Amino acid sequence: MRTVIAVLLENEAGALSRVVGLFAQRNYNIESLTVAPTEDETMARLTVLTEGDDQKIEQITKHLNRLIEVVKVNVISEVAHIERELMLIKVRTDSESVRTEMKRTTDIFRGLIVDVTPNTYVIQLAGNTRKLLAFIRSIGEKHIIEVVRTGVSGIARGEQALRL
Amino acid sequence: MLIRALQDEGVEYIFGYPGGASLHIYDALFKQQEVEHILVRHEQGATHMADGYARATGKVGVVLVTSGPGATNAITGLATAYMDSIPMIVISGQVPTSVIGTDAFQETDMIGVSRPVVKHSFFINKAEEIPKAVKQAFYIASSGRPGPVVIDIPKDATEPTESYLYEYPDSVSIRSYNPRLEGNTRQVKKAVSAIKEAKQPIIYSGGGVIQGNATEELREFAQLTGAPVTNTLMGLGAMHGEDPQFVGMLGMHGTYEANCAMHYSDLIIAIGARFDDRVTNNPRKFCPHATIIHVDIDPASISKIVPVEIPIVGDCKLVLQELNRLLSANGAGVYPSSDHLDPWWSKINEWRTKHGLDHDQRHRQGRDGSLLPQQVVQAIYRKTQGDAFVTSDVGQHQMFAAQYYRFSKSRQWINSGGLGTMGFGFPAAMGVQFAYPDEIVVCITGEGSFMMNMQELSTCQQYRLPIKIVNINNRALGMVKQWQDMQYGGRLSHSTYTNALPNFAELIESFGHVGFTAKNLEELDEVVEEAFSDKHRDHLVFIDAHVDPDEHVYPMSVKGGSLLDMVLVKG
Repeated sequence: MRTVIAVLLENEAGALSRVVGLFAQRNYNIESLTVAPTEDETMARLTVLTEGDDQKIEQITKHLNRLIEVVKVNVISEVAHIERELMLIKVRTDSESVRTEMKRTTDIFRGLIVDVTPNTYVIQLAGNTRKLLAFIRSIGEKHIIEVVRTGVSGIARGEQALRL
Repeated sequence: MLIRALQDEGVEYIFGYPGGASLHIYDALFKQQEVEHILVRHEQGATHMADGYARATGKVGVVLVTSGPGATNAITGLATAYMDSIPMIVISGQVPTSVIGTDAFQETDMIGVSRPVVKHSFFINKAEEIPKAVKQAFYIASSGRPGPVVIDIPKDATEPTESYLYEYPDSVSIRSYNPRLEGNTRQVKKAVSAIKEAKQPIIYSGGGVIQGNATEELREFAQLTGAPVTNTLMGLGAMHGEDPQFVGMLGMHGTYEANCAMHYSDLIIAIGARFDDRVTNNPRKFCPHATIIHVDIDPASISKIVPVEIPIVGDCKLVLQELNRLLSANGAGVYPSSDHLDPWWSKINEWRTKHGLDHDQRHRQGRDGSLLPQQVVQAIYRKTQGDAFVTSDVGQHQMFAAQYYRFSKSRQWINSGGLGTMGFGFPAAMGVQFAYPDEIVVCITGEGSFMMNMQELSTCQQYRLPIKIVNINNRALGMVKQWQDMQYGGRLSHSTYTNALPNFAELIESFGHVGFTAKNLEELDEVVEEAFSDKHRDHLVFIDAHVDPDEHVYPMSVKGGSLLDMVLVKG
């Protein structure tokens, strides 16, 4: 089962490597991982996208909690939540018709063209993973030069929060 | 800074080996008297000594090594301690910060290399960080589920020409680390009603009861419930080995009655045990009729291998106290006066009579009149009246020792159960002897394991350690050979040494110790008598006992089966 886990972590050298090391050591899968400091700069917030049945997810959260530098762990895909991912995608725009088509598709997906050269566009798009994949399908692989995605970030809806 | 912090922490011994990156630290050691440094012959030996010291005393064992090879030599010892949850601190010197990352001489990323086998680690950037890091390291190593901690210190952070204000913190608080100690009250109550209803309960206790100093509480709990108790390899000593309620060790080489009782039980009360694969055999066939209560300080150990109905996260000692309080208040059956478990006990006693271990094997004889390994263990058991500290290495001799030396108290039996580190037993025995200079410390080993760390014979000479080493010499890597005999058609692929073994007695003598050889029961009785006599009270004595190489450890569980599937005899 696709699972999104949010982790509050001490923002210290080496802390992230312990989290990543844990997944490698115990043969857990990381589909994506995002990490950045929070408003409290002594802490970082991670979002891990992983895969596994209930028992495996339980083990992952328990082992995460066991790491000294992990402050809190929450499986946010178990509750109402929002997931977002940012994608930058560079496409080849050799002809007028391709340029028009790219612009139109970008607008439909509520993306932005953030870089323009005679032969390329860089399009910025945010959304959940499904939306990003739909966009890639819509513009067609033959036009794509490169794709860079941040991976999933997630937050619970409503009052629920992952705080100290 | 570092040495003062260790003094403030009350450290008695540091086991170590000097080198370039730790020279400043060694100079500071030289100038003081409070902490005694023990010079080993190999860093792995230092880690096992600190580990043995920690297992025997419950205190944190401390190791000091240099960078590079010093650090990497400590890894096996760290992994050994990690697998068995032993509190230990390894301080490693590191190259100066100015050259870190340049592949400098004797540079190794110790934090990175040790990461998977430590509970936590600290890298010191500046000397000022040392006191706090040491305080936190001791706290983390010894609290919650204990484990080893590394402190990696670059040489420039120990520079003696610089001085700092030293302040050792009184207490620690780490916001992200608060081990849960008290069991959840509702869960504990649930456990009590399950215990009262059970008709065929069994207590399955492990290393957590030893590490958590909960032996007394466990024995009281056993008395209150009247249930049979089995111990894991790591948990031996929690029950007295001769207590009628004790059914022996369980698992791969567990007793017939322990494994049968587990399999047919309707309630398993697991305390400080982790359902290791050497215990459960095939988890899908594991104890099909049982409800499981699992008490453990580490939530990650619960429902890891086998799903648990009543999990209780907490310190074994506190949870057992609470259980005992509720049980005595509720007037639950007290063994043996209460009779509600009588039918269960008569089944267990039947299994015990039928295939239980034979605790006097003197009537047996090995091939060509040779000794049997069980006889050697039994001779030591009788001579030491079941009272010695016993360490072991890994293999057949370890299982024979676990089966036939009936331990009477906690922390008396010291072996590498989780990682299964050959070469552990001898240096571990040294650590125990340092902690208890007046006690009898016996290392039951095999010639394969012993040769993995025998350089420490020289250390024993330097510090006059009167350890008694019992070498169960079968001229083969016995456990490997047993598997090859049983599962590989007797093809002994690289498990024998083709006459390349030393004369151990002479080898030992050359280090200035006392060496004996025994090849039959008569000789064994003689040398055991002499080895443990007053004459040799202050000597390291080595008994090289030549045993029948074809003897196997039984019972042995059948691969992939349930706990019932055991091979009991050869053939």
